[in-house]
Amino acid sequence: MLATYHPRMPTKTFAHMTLAELGQAARRAVAGWWGIVRLAAQLLEMLLSRSTYSGENWRILAGHIVQDTAPMLAGFTVLASLVSLIVIRIVVVTALSYGLTQYALEMVVRVLVLELIPLGAALFAALRCTVPNAGEVAALRANGAWAAALHEGQDPLRREVMPRMASGVFGAVLLAAVSCAVTLVLAYLAVYGPVASGLAAFTRTVGQVFNPAVSLILGLKILFLGVAVALVPMAAVLGDAPLRRRQASAELQGLVRMFMVILLIEAASLVGNYY
Amino acid sequence: MKEELRPVEPAPVAYLQFKAALLLALFVLLVGGTALYLMYARGAFEATQRLVLVAEDSEGVSVGMDMTFAGFAIGRVREIELAADGNARILVDVPKKDAHWLRTSSMFTLVRSLVGSANLRAYTGVPGDPPLPDGAERKVLIGDTAAELPRLVASARELLQNLAQLSASDAALATSLANVQALTDKAKGPRGVMGALGSEADARQISAALARTNALLARIDGMAAKADAQVLGPDGLVRQGRATVVELGALLADARASLKRVDAVLAEAQAVAGNVRSASTDLGALRAEVDATVRKVEQLVDEVNRKWPFARDAELKLK
Repeated sequence: MLATYHPRMPTKTFAHMTLAELGQAARRAVAGWWGIVRLAAQLLEMLLSRSTYSGENWRILAGHIVQDTAPMLAGFTVLASLVSLIVIRIVVVTALSYGLTQYALEMVVRVLVLELIPLGAALFAALRCTVPNAGEVAALRANGAWAAALHEGQDPLRREVMPRMASGVFGAVLLAAVSCAVTLVLAYLAVYGPVASGLAAFTRTVGQVFNPAVSLILGLKILFLGVAVALVPMAAVLGDAPLRRRQASAELQGLVRMFMVILLIEAASLVGNYY
Repeated sequence: MKEELRPVEPAPVAYLQFKAALLLALFVLLVGGTALYLMYARGAFEATQRLVLVAEDSEGVSVGMDMTFAGFAIGRVREIELAADGNARILVDVPKKDAHWLRTSSMFTLVRSLVGSANLRAYTGVPGDPPLPDGAERKVLIGDTAAELPRLVASARELLQNLAQLSASDAALATSLANVQALTDKAKGPRGVMGALGSEADARQISAALARTNALLARIDGMAAKADAQVLGPDGLVRQGRATVVELGALLADARASLKRVDAVLAEAQAVAGNVRSASTDLGALRAEVDATVRKVEQLVDEVNRKWPFARDAELKLK
């Protein structure tokens, strides 16, 4: 079997593009974002459908949930605990040296639970689950299995894409939830030690941080980050022509878009929390 | 060839349904537990009573901040509103179980510090007073460190200006210090402190005055010795005074004896006076008897005149 040589496509920088090329690029960008929205709507419709949770569809969905989420749950929890311990220790010792211990716990909760853990969980889920899942779908489209399934009358979107995306969202949200809970426990132990006497003050501080607006923003942020890391890479590989030579480019484009969406979500949550 | 184009099925997982259900249950448990815990932490399951604190300025107060009593959080700010009179109304929810710390005489303060947020504090001086009723409205006393700062800076600036004026090269203090230094320099000279006090002639006069003062003191010393001998000597005033006192004692004894004798005379005089008084009483009775006798004789004479030739017509006739 001879290796096929793919000549490198000539690329132009933004400064050297003609107006027509700029228009085409803008149209492709808009089409890409529109493809994401359309795919999200299709997958949401499938997720809300009763048939997804019965028979063969539920078996496939459950299989992806277990195989995608369970392996990374323990690993990320340990990693998040280590990072949290380091940050908590730094914050508590610094606050102690400046005589501001009453603000240490609030700062730990805000920095870790509200900001770092959800972002870390989403990125970890993208790295371990959703980007590889998008790669699998791209491979299916590249090797002709996608077209073959369509030819046989099957719906590869329901059988291959929806379970992977649902498990990606679920995995990111579960990682964030578990890690936030573990981090709260670690913060309590770091500040008060293994005694129950600080529970009332700790609960009061947590209650002060998590007012209704902050709690809502945190919940939406975790959900949207999960949706972003699961949906955007998948939409990138589904939006392009199923050619092998375009696969790498599509995956890269998907990653760029995913980081842009994550950035937007982070910015929106910061605005909501602190302005 | 067609088999190779089929999508790759996920590897079979033992107890797939159970594991998937376990993960979903963990998720639901975490989300539900977190929601319940946050509601508990926000005081959603706690019976509370309302306290309204009225402040001129609610700066630094935020919804959700604690109100403390003796360092313990016993209330939480639920709402801040602007009243019709322009004051800020801070609505505080106090859990019923902590409300007994607040009494009708409790005081409330809002302290704004330089670092950190403002603090709402409650103080109860008389724990025996009646409990604070639900919905009570109290004035809050405001202590603002930041507001005190400009005043403190102004005072410090004034103090520093005064210090600068005092320590200037042409200031009165510097001149005084220079004069003191000149004085001490003179004091270090051959005539010592005397030389520092004035001119050569003045110093000489002071020396002469000192010599005369010494002579005067010697004379005063001699006078004191003489006075001592006259007062405390063998024939001194003290001894004579003592003899005089002894004589005075004897005189007083004589006088006391004379007075005793006078007392006896007076007693006798008193007895004589008593006798005289009784004699006077008898004289009164005697006089009464004489009066009665004279009156009878007079009546007798009148009777004789009326009855016998000595009778006269006493009737008066008009002519």
